[in-house]
Order: sequence, then C-alpha cells, then structure tokens
Amino acid sequence: MPGKAPWKMVAGAAAIALLAAGCGGGGSDDTSATSNTVVIGIGEPQHLIPTNSTETNGAEVLASLFYPLVDFDAQNKPITVAAESITPDAANTVWTVKLKPGFTFSNGEPVTSDNYINAWNYGAYGPNAQGASYFFDKIAGYADLQSTDPDEDGPKKAPEPKAKTLSGLKKVDDTTFTITLSAPFTGWESVMGYSAFYPLPKAAWKSEGVLADGFEDAIIGNGPFKLKGKWEHDSQLVVEKVADFKGTVPKVDGITWKIYQDQQAEYADLVAGNVDVQTTIPIESLSKASADLGDRFKKSPNSGFGFIGFPQYLPEYKDLRVRQAISMAINREEITNQIFLGSRTPATSFVSPVVAGYRENTCGENCTYNPTKAKELYTAANGPKEIKITYNADGNHKAWIDATCNQIKASLGVNCVGNGEPKFADLLTKAEKHENIGLIRLGWVMDYPLMENYLGPLYSTTGSSNYYGYSNPAFDKLVADGSKAATTDDAIKQWQAAEDILVKDMPVAPIYTQQNVYGYSQKVNNVEVDLQIKVNLYKIEVVN
Amino acid sequence: MFRYIVRRLLQMVLTFFGATFLLFALVFANQKDPIQALVGERPVTESQRTFLTERYHLDDGFFTQYWYYLKGVLTGDFGTSLTGRKIVDMMSDAWPVTLRLALIAIVIAATFSVSAGVYSAIKRGGIFDNVSLLLTLVLLAMPIVVIAPLFQLIFGIQLGWFPPTATRDATFWQLLLPAIVLACIVIAPEMRVTRTAVAENLRADYVRTARAKGLTRMRVIWVHVLRNSLIPVVTLIGVDLGGLMAGAIVTEHVFNIPGVGFNLARAIRTEDGPLVVGFVSILVILFLFINLLVDLMYAALDPRIRYE
Repeated sequence: MPGKAPWKMVAGAAAIALLAAGCGGGGSDDTSATSNTVVIGIGEPQHLIPTNSTETNGAEVLASLFYPLVDFDAQNKPITVAAESITPDAANTVWTVKLKPGFTFSNGEPVTSDNYINAWNYGAYGPNAQGASYFFDKIAGYADLQSTDPDEDGPKKAPEPKAKTLSGLKKVDDTTFTITLSAPFTGWESVMGYSAFYPLPKAAWKSEGVLADGFEDAIIGNGPFKLKGKWEHDSQLVVEKVADFKGTVPKVDGITWKIYQDQQAEYADLVAGNVDVQTTIPIESLSKASADLGDRFKKSPNSGFGFIGFPQYLPEYKDLRVRQAISMAINREEITNQIFLGSRTPATSFVSPVVAGYRENTCGENCTYNPTKAKELYTAANGPKEIKITYNADGNHKAWIDATCNQIKASLGVNCVGNGEPKFADLLTKAEKHENIGLIRLGWVMDYPLMENYLGPLYSTTGSSNYYGYSNPAFDKLVADGSKAATTDDAIKQWQAAEDILVKDMPVAPIYTQQNVYGYSQKVNNVEVDLQIKVNLYKIEVVN
Repeated sequence: MFRYIVRRLLQMVLTFFGATFLLFALVFANQKDPIQALVGERPVTESQRTFLTERYHLDDGFFTQYWYYLKGVLTGDFGTSLTGRKIVDMMSDAWPVTLRLALIAIVIAATFSVSAGVYSAIKRGGIFDNVSLLLTLVLLAMPIVVIAPLFQLIFGIQLGWFPPTATRDATFWQLLLPAIVLACIVIAPEMRVTRTAVAENLRADYVRTARAKGLTRMRVIWVHVLRNSLIPVVTLIGVDLGGLMAGAIVTEHVFNIPGVGFNLARAIRTEDGPLVVGFVSILVILFLFINLLVDLMYAALDPRIRYE
C-alpha cells in the first residue's frame, strides 16, 4: 500500500468514482422538442398482457397499442371500432362479432377471429391466474376452466380444470365469431369495451395456450401505435405510429409513457415542462395547480365512487334509523371542498353519475346533511355509544375519515374514531371473519359503463366487493332481470327499481364521486381524460 | 495481510447466511396476504388465488420456502418477484443507478466535510467555525423527508438550476441534486468528526516537533495532522453507507429514480418477500465489503496498524 500519500489515493479513487458515475448514463438523445410526439406520465403498469391488466396504468398503455372491438360515445353508449358489427340474438345470449376486414397487427399478421378466441381462452383459463379473468365469467363454459385447491392450504395441489377452452367461443370464419353467454345479458357489448377483450397475435404464443417468453416486454398489438424497443420497467415505454394504420389515425406521431413512482415528482416535471400530460394531480399539489398551470389545469368526470359500508353482521347497525342517522350526520359538501379541495363531488346516489340510468339525488333525505334529524333518529333508535370507521392506512384516507368522524361526533353527540388498518387486505380479512371493525371505508371504479357494474359487485348478495354482507333477494332479482332484459332501456328501468330498494335499505352511505384533475404542458392541446382516467389518444395534438 | 483478508471473507459467508435467514424470517412473519396486496383493492377470484399461491409456494412452511430460496441463490437464481419479473433483471436495472448516486453522494460528502472540517479546526472559534456549526446543526435537525422535496422545490422547480427528476439512465447532471440531498444527511457528522480530530491533533507533540523542524504550516496540516485525523472519518464514511441506502428510499422516491431504494420500498409495500430478500442480500454483501475496505484503509493511514 502506498503509505506515503493516502489522500492522493483517496483523491484518485474519488476522481475515478465520479468519472464512473458520470459516464455510466447519458446518451439519451433529446429530439422531442421539435418532433410531433408527447410525453404522458403514468405509474409502472402491473402487467401488459391484456387479460392480466386491471389497473389504469396498464390500460392507458394498452389503449395506444391496441384497437378495441367497441368504444364509447359521449353518452357512454357502445360504438363498434375494430368490429364491423356486433349483433345479439333475440334472447341476448348468442352474440355474433364481425370484424372489419384488412386490419393487421403491427408485425404484419392479419387480425382474425382466432386471435380473439385464443387470447380470451388464455385469459379465462384458471391456472394462468390472469387478473381480468372474471370478465369472461359470463361466457358459457367459464366454470370448466377453473379449479380450486381441495384442501385450501394443505399439501394437495388443485386439480387441472376440466377444459382448456371456453365452449361459448365459436369461430365462424376468419372475420366472424360467436360468443355464447351462460345467461342472457343485454349489456354484453359494453363489457367488451374493456382492455381484457383485445386480441393477441400468433407471435404471442410459444405453443397453444402458452405465452412466448418475453412477449409481455415487447408486446405486439393491433392498434395505432407500436412499441419501440422494449418495456423499460420503472422508466418508460416509447410507442410510435404504425404506418398505414387502417383505423382512426391519431394526430401525434408517438407517445413516451414516462413512468413515475410518485405523483408529486410527476407534478414537478409537469411544471418544469418535462412531461406533457399528468392525468391525476395529487391532492398535495392541487392548491397550487391553478396558479402553476392556469387554464391548463382541468377537471372532468370519472367513475370513482366512495362510500362507507354498514356491516350487516354487526347488531348495532341493524336498525335502519341508525344507518340513516349516520348518513345524515355527514356533511359531504364540507368534506369534498375542504379535504379534497373540490376534486371530488358529494355523492347523492348509489351509482356514479357517469353511467346511463343515473338519477340525481336518489338517496334523497338520507344523504342530505341534517344534524337535527340525525340526532332525533339516532336517539330514538338508541344507536351505539361509540362508532368506529375502519380504513386502509396506505390509501390516503385518514384525513377524510377523521373529518367524517368529527362530523358524526358533532352531529350525534357520540364518540367516533377512525381506525386505520395497515393494508386493504388486513381490512378484508377482518371483515370476512366478521370481527367488529365498525363501518368500512370502501370505493369502486367501474369496469364498463353500465349501472349493473355498480349494483352487481357492490350490493348483490354474491357481489365480489360486497364486504358488508348486504343481501336482499328482491334487489338481486331486479338486477338479474335487468341484465336479462330485451333492450338497454328496459334494463335501466329494472336497475333503477333496484336502486330504489337500496334507498330504503341504506346498506352503505354514499360519500363522494371522483373527478379527474389533470394538467398539461404548453406543448400540447386538446387534452381529454376519460372516465377511466385515460388520455384520449386520438384527440391530443402538439401545438405548433 | 493476505491471511487476514481470507479470514474476513470466510466470516462474511457466515454473516451473509445469518443475515438472509433473519431477513427471510422477518419478511415471512410480515407476510399476510401478498396476493391481495398485489391487486390493491380489487377482488381476487378464487381460482387466481389458488394458482398464484401454488406458483409462488406461498402455502409452504417457512423452512421449505427458505430452502427453495437458498437453492435458488446458490445456483445464481434469485427467483421471481410476485409481479412475475425475474429478480435478477430487476436488480441489474436498479443497482447501477443507485451505485452511481451513492458514489457521487459519498464523494461530495467526503470532499466537503473533510475540507470544511479541517478549515474550521484551524480557525477554531472563528466566524467560519461558528457558522458551519450552526449550519450542520440545522442539517442534522432536518430529516431527509423534508430536505429532499424542499431542495427539489427550490433548486429544481423555482430556480430551475437542476432537473427536478431523474430517470434510470440519468446523466451526472440529473443525479447531482439527489446526490447533494443524500450527502446532506452525512455531511454534518463527518464534518464535526473531522473538525474534532484535527483540532485535537493540532495540539499533539509531533505537530510542535514538525513546526520546530521548520516545515511549512500547510505541509504540517495536510500531511501530518490530516492523515492522523482521518481514521475516525473513514470509519464513519463506511458506516454512513448504510445511512445513504436508507436515505435512498426517500430520495429515489422524490426524484423518481428507479433504483434500489425504490424497489425496496415497493417490495415491502406489496409484501413481495423474494424481492425484499434479494435486494437486501446484495446490500448485506456490499456492506460487508465496504467495511473490509475501511479496515484495510486503517493500515494505509496508520502504519502502526498491522493485520496478521
């Protein structure tokens, strides 16, 4: 060791370290300043295989890479896009899909019926554990593709499912196929607007029903853009225009989906002009957004719906008057204005305003702030002396739950505490065991724009998100009847009748409906964000 | 010297296994429902739960799971994250940027704290000494969760001197601001320790002797005094590495750097056991090597220290 001059060694090491650190990166040629491309901020998508993607980030990227069978107009009615026509039979059970001819995947393969059928079979097959597999559960034969572990946590493995393909999917010819549902469903066309129903090219498969290695990172779609290079995890996805695209051609030549871990970091970049669109400005930055962005700070409706559930297994909330009183004790206006700074609006119905069939203020008096009446009802019903509201602490709910509790305290004169469980899973486990966790904070974002997508999962007896155990056979029947109805209008009538039952039963207290609060840079124009928090890629354009 | 290094390396193997075992046990104890954590608030279908549980051996006992993991690590396979990505791929994506960030931070911190520490020791009680004492106290009092967004706001957005965020293949310039933030958490102790050590050594007999021999003041301070004062500082820098990694969790989050800290935070949030253990295993190895390096530096700095 050179004992004479250690600091020279240290200085040398430091110089080398800095050099190494400095040289490692760079080289990202920045030509975006002049070109016709935009940078849109997202979070890291969980998955990009369409049948495995159930969150907004993945859906946004997929929307650029794929061309859907149906899309929705301003009234949320389905319109065919990649499909020439989608026609049901008289019973709304067998749906015939005719594809527009001449479409290709970005690798040149023609889009055929097989591409849809194979992709959907893969998505529905239980052992593939695809996140969006439940979208296929209305198709005949879905149950045969599932299997469950016979002894739960025991050593036995789940047996292989009975079938590998959905019996309800039949190819007629290269551009026509039929979908047979296990029960009539009027709204099926709307369901197919979800990203789980995209096709996959032949290149996706290693063998039948097995995805090729690395396909997800270099996914190929039938959309207006194609992936340039690979999915750079946690960093970015770059997509560029497909030449001679047959469908609607977007106005921009390419999109960089820049991945952010933190929305506040994304907002910093939006203000600095490094990202062109941020679809969700975080609540911490909302107060300065108008000043920072001026008229480039916008709001638009989305499908988010927040509410507080009354567990039916807890005796103290059995009395309807108690539930009414608690709901009336909450000043929704104050919460949406003070806590959410106007980024959410008070909920006055049991479904979101974005779906067809929504009626304003169905909840009526029960959702109107009225502390005097609340107190009267509560005292008459001899409601519990202490109320607890449980929420998941990792979801930014503390502030509004505490505020709600304070309002309940003030209105009803009883004690109210917010109880944070670390994660949503903890809350669910306790609710499933029927532990006394008090009221439950919950929310819902729709999958497809139908009233049924709120009524079914949230309030029907077997609903996937009915964690509070509400069950009313009359309600279940109306929802099912609506799904079977001959026309959409008939369906809506039944569903509205079902909603009327909810007003009488008050299984939950609706609190707020969400809005998109988004912003964009001076470089872009015509930015629209839809109900599912996706940027409209066909309208956005670069300012000259 | 050679035998000493070999012995240390052998000890490292033991430490490594002990540490990963402990880690695995902690993660295992914390794991409640990783499948639900993965999908957030969405309902999970029964079938999906069944097959994911099987795929990731989640229903096996602790020792079986640890055995699977160990078997993988010994064959160079760190396993698959619950998100389906290979952990090796995730690590090769994440480590380079974090190492660069940490290196820049260490160099900035060491350079600044040693030179400022020496200067304030020489001018003990002067304006620079007092002002720097005050500043380091302020820095010490501010946690990184405050410093990071504050610096981003002031220097990144309002003044616009630095880019407010960085990416995986960030340039030196993009990493500079996050590195300064990281350096801030270690500058204060390093500078105070340097100052104390130098101030103490300035009064030592050998300094008087050196001065009496007619050596220049500069040479006495920068060659004789500093070298003798560096031992505690070097130790501190080695230990600070851990602090830097912990700080990286916050810094990388704020500046959007997809590095180790970010991956760790995500893995803990989603109860992704294999991912946590994979990243921390590498951290453990790194820590062990840095400390070996620090020990070897002692011998270079102080000839009286000999390793047998």
